[in-house]
Amino acid sequence: MIWRFGLVDSTFDPLMTTHLALAATLALPLLLGLLALLFPPKRAWPVALASVPVLASGLVLLAAVEQVQLLRWQWEIVGVTVSLRLNGLSVLLLLMSQWIGFAAALYTPGHMRLTSVGPLGFWLWPLMGALISALSLIWLATDLLTLYIALELMGLAAVGMLLLSGKATALLAGMRYLLLALVGSLAYLLGVALILGHWGQLDLQGLAGVVEPGPVAWIAAALVGGGLALKAALFPLHGWLSPVHGNAWTPVSVLHAALVIKASLFILLQLWSILLPDTFYAPHVIAWLGMLAIVWGGLLAWRTDSLKTLVASSTVAQLGYLMVAFPLLLGPDIAQLPRALAWDGFWLQLIGHAFAKAAMFMAAGNLILATGESTLKGLAGSSRRLPLSLLVFGVASITLMGLPPSAGFTAKWLLLQAMVMSQQWWAVAALLIGTLLSAAYIFRVFRYSFDETAPRHHYQPLAPGMDLIALALAFIAIVLGLLAHFPLALMNGGGV
Amino acid sequence: MNAAWLPLSTLATSLFVTVVILALPEEARKLRTYINLLAAVIKLVLVILMIRRVAAGHEDVFSFQVVGGVDFVLRADALGVMFAGLSSLLWLCTTIYAIGYLEDSVNRKRFFGFFSLCVASTLGIALADNLFTFLIFYEMLTLSTYPLVVHSGTAKALNAGKIYLRYTLTGGVVLLLGTVLLYSLTGEHSFSSEEGLGNYLNDHRGLLILIFALLVGGLAVKAAMVPLHGWLPRAMVAPAPVSALLHAVAVVKAGAFGILRVIYDLYGIELSVELGVTTVLAVAASITIIYGSLRALAQVELKPRLAFSTVSQVSYVILGVCLFGPFGTIGALAHLLHQGLMKVTLFFCAGNYAEELGIHRIDEMDGAGQRMPLTSLAFTIGAMGMIGLPPVAGFITKWYLGIGAIQADMYWVVAVLVASSTLNAMYFLPIVHRLWFRPGPSHGKGSWPSEQHLGRLETHGWLLWPMVFTAMASLGAGLLAGLPFSPLDWATRVAIGEYLP
Repeated sequence: MIWRFGLVDSTFDPLMTTHLALAATLALPLLLGLLALLFPPKRAWPVALASVPVLASGLVLLAAVEQVQLLRWQWEIVGVTVSLRLNGLSVLLLLMSQWIGFAAALYTPGHMRLTSVGPLGFWLWPLMGALISALSLIWLATDLLTLYIALELMGLAAVGMLLLSGKATALLAGMRYLLLALVGSLAYLLGVALILGHWGQLDLQGLAGVVEPGPVAWIAAALVGGGLALKAALFPLHGWLSPVHGNAWTPVSVLHAALVIKASLFILLQLWSILLPDTFYAPHVIAWLGMLAIVWGGLLAWRTDSLKTLVASSTVAQLGYLMVAFPLLLGPDIAQLPRALAWDGFWLQLIGHAFAKAAMFMAAGNLILATGESTLKGLAGSSRRLPLSLLVFGVASITLMGLPPSAGFTAKWLLLQAMVMSQQWWAVAALLIGTLLSAAYIFRVFRYSFDETAPRHHYQPLAPGMDLIALALAFIAIVLGLLAHFPLALMNGGGV
Repeated sequence: MNAAWLPLSTLATSLFVTVVILALPEEARKLRTYINLLAAVIKLVLVILMIRRVAAGHEDVFSFQVVGGVDFVLRADALGVMFAGLSSLLWLCTTIYAIGYLEDSVNRKRFFGFFSLCVASTLGIALADNLFTFLIFYEMLTLSTYPLVVHSGTAKALNAGKIYLRYTLTGGVVLLLGTVLLYSLTGEHSFSSEEGLGNYLNDHRGLLILIFALLVGGLAVKAAMVPLHGWLPRAMVAPAPVSALLHAVAVVKAGAFGILRVIYDLYGIELSVELGVTTVLAVAASITIIYGSLRALAQVELKPRLAFSTVSQVSYVILGVCLFGPFGTIGALAHLLHQGLMKVTLFFCAGNYAEELGIHRIDEMDGAGQRMPLTSLAFTIGAMGMIGLPPVAGFITKWYLGIGAIQADMYWVVAVLVASSTLNAMYFLPIVHRLWFRPGPSHGKGSWPSEQHLGRLETHGWLLWPMVFTAMASLGAGLLAGLPFSPLDWATRVAIGEYLP
């Protein structure tokens, strides 16, 4: 498994350009965020201009990985070796966070103009920058300490962004989130301490060589896993998710749902593939919880009256699809082919969901902003007056429902094939039921919005581009489904 | 020489026009109309080009890889272009009709945008060369028809939309499961591949039957086979052009066409017979035919009666397939086209009666023949075709099906055909009688429910001429069945060229 995460020695030394690109990737988002605090952008175009070097650095790294498959950097800092790696998977996740971060940043000036932003509002920029930098570090890090630092930085930035709106409910939800995030970090740290105490190293690649199954590995995996599952809002530790999104600003929700929880999940899978290779129970417990998550998240989203809760609960169910794939990735007695299919399906689902969920939060934010109502009933008649926002919602929901042609569909296809091959019929049933449940809650939104008998409301006009940014994200999720071959080939090291 | 651009650009025409229509503002009525009609004509020309290429023996293929072992493939084969031809011809007619029908109503941008998307999906279904590609467009069709079904936005329409989705999405999930099982068993299997799945018969007999049941079960929802037909009569709440398109071409035909693909191109007819599944399917189709006709008889409104008639008629196609013989095959394929032409005519008529005179119930139709002679003539032609009277196209189908049944020694099918034709006559002839021979408001007896004078002729020209054209086509397909490129000729070509042992 660990070779899939690029935790092996590389054959080539990185070139000078990649050093520069790496520095730009890690540092520039934070620096640009600070710059934006000093000179807050009022329009989208300065943001677009400033983001060019960051996006360019991502593309340079992509080109480098396409050539050599694996890049490794190593430095000695005060006697400690720090190393970073970049393989197909991490460059994909890096690009995902850069582009979604870019979309959220483009969206922000318009959103700030239309909503009453308090005096603290402009702190959103540096926090956003810190978040993107921390995420980039998480995709690249190869030791437990760096991962911990990046995770903390990301978590604190996320909490800070939630608190900015200054509303009492937001403060409450934010503080609760902070508390849970700290508990999660503590559990993670305990696990790390146990690993360090027993095996004496923090380097992932080194660990993979020395870890042997036994109580220490299991307890460490449980601690790390529990902490990260809390941060990733895996069922049944998802209770904090809906209140957080209910009160957050749209760009914050976008970043949080699309990227922050995915980072915790990424670390979880990476560490477990080192600590628990070929174990039976742990991944199966996750999978069983995943099935419950699909059903429970679907039901929550189906019964709710609030649009934001609907979108947030759908995240719980969508994470369930990923959890159900755990036994295929980590479990024993899984043949090569189904494991490879599940691996592809897992990441495609994760990336597709990130783009679609980002688009959907933007669309939901636009609908709420324009109608001034946050309930489903408030959407009545919006299909005539807000067709574009609703169209974006629809295009994004195709991926969430896993209907073709979309990344969600292709991912589901791959996962289903893997499950059929390894005879996991319960998981197959869960995926199919999930499809129907998600269709049920998605079409509830449309049912309200197509209502023509509704009274006319006053609609707040949106800033130009707010819908188009979301539409672009939703289309990326669709196109990823049809052209899945390219990212997957990159992830599997060139040849498929 | 492979012209990969041809299937691709044919598909892209409708997709592109969808994007353009959705991007144009609601008020740009004229521009939207021009673009829409232009695209429909271009697409028809492209499909004719494709038909000529197929007739000359070329099969154009466009493909790319989606993931390892799964490809997106469009192939213009004889069966595919047959369905593509039907859908693009009727797209043009229905678009013209819809422009007239929706004059001065709201949300026209949404309507025409999704209408085009619906037709694009139909084309994709026609040209799909493997089950994965088919599934993509099959689900796209489900999604793109939803806004059309709920178009009016009333509580009734929204409920119909909900039920429509419940049926079709569940069917789609079942189809997905069957497809994944099949891919896991056999890998990708092109529809154009010569060998069926016979190699797997010895080891996986049970699994093959299960997959067949899942695939056909999923498809039967859209084909509205009893007891999975519940969405269809409710979907009648949609505007008349949608009913015409849904019932004559898009949704129900997509289901029937999918079943054709599964039996002929995936399993192969010999294997299907060997597995014994065709007999079960023939019985299910027969039950649907009789049940649909009985329910049609009980309806008092015109559109629901036509809807149940559709339930019954589409299963002729499936019945024909199950007869396993040249005549059954030809009858089934020809009926795919014939029923499309005749049913679209009947729905156009129903829409005209409703628009011009406000008629929705059958007992309001007395004497309408004098007030709207062309519409009533078209209705009569359509009705005769449905009953199977010569010289309308429906006669050809029933004739071939009957011969096919006798050749296959399935005499009970003949009985089903006779019973069904009798029932068809029982629910269509009284309407025709009312139209022409009963005195009504135009003879000074009573008044029309809500009469409008929409045009210089009996109704608006945009509503009238598409209907006249399809009625003529239904008649022509029967009278000129022997000419090259008639539906019957093409169906024979498909049957002889590809399927007969």
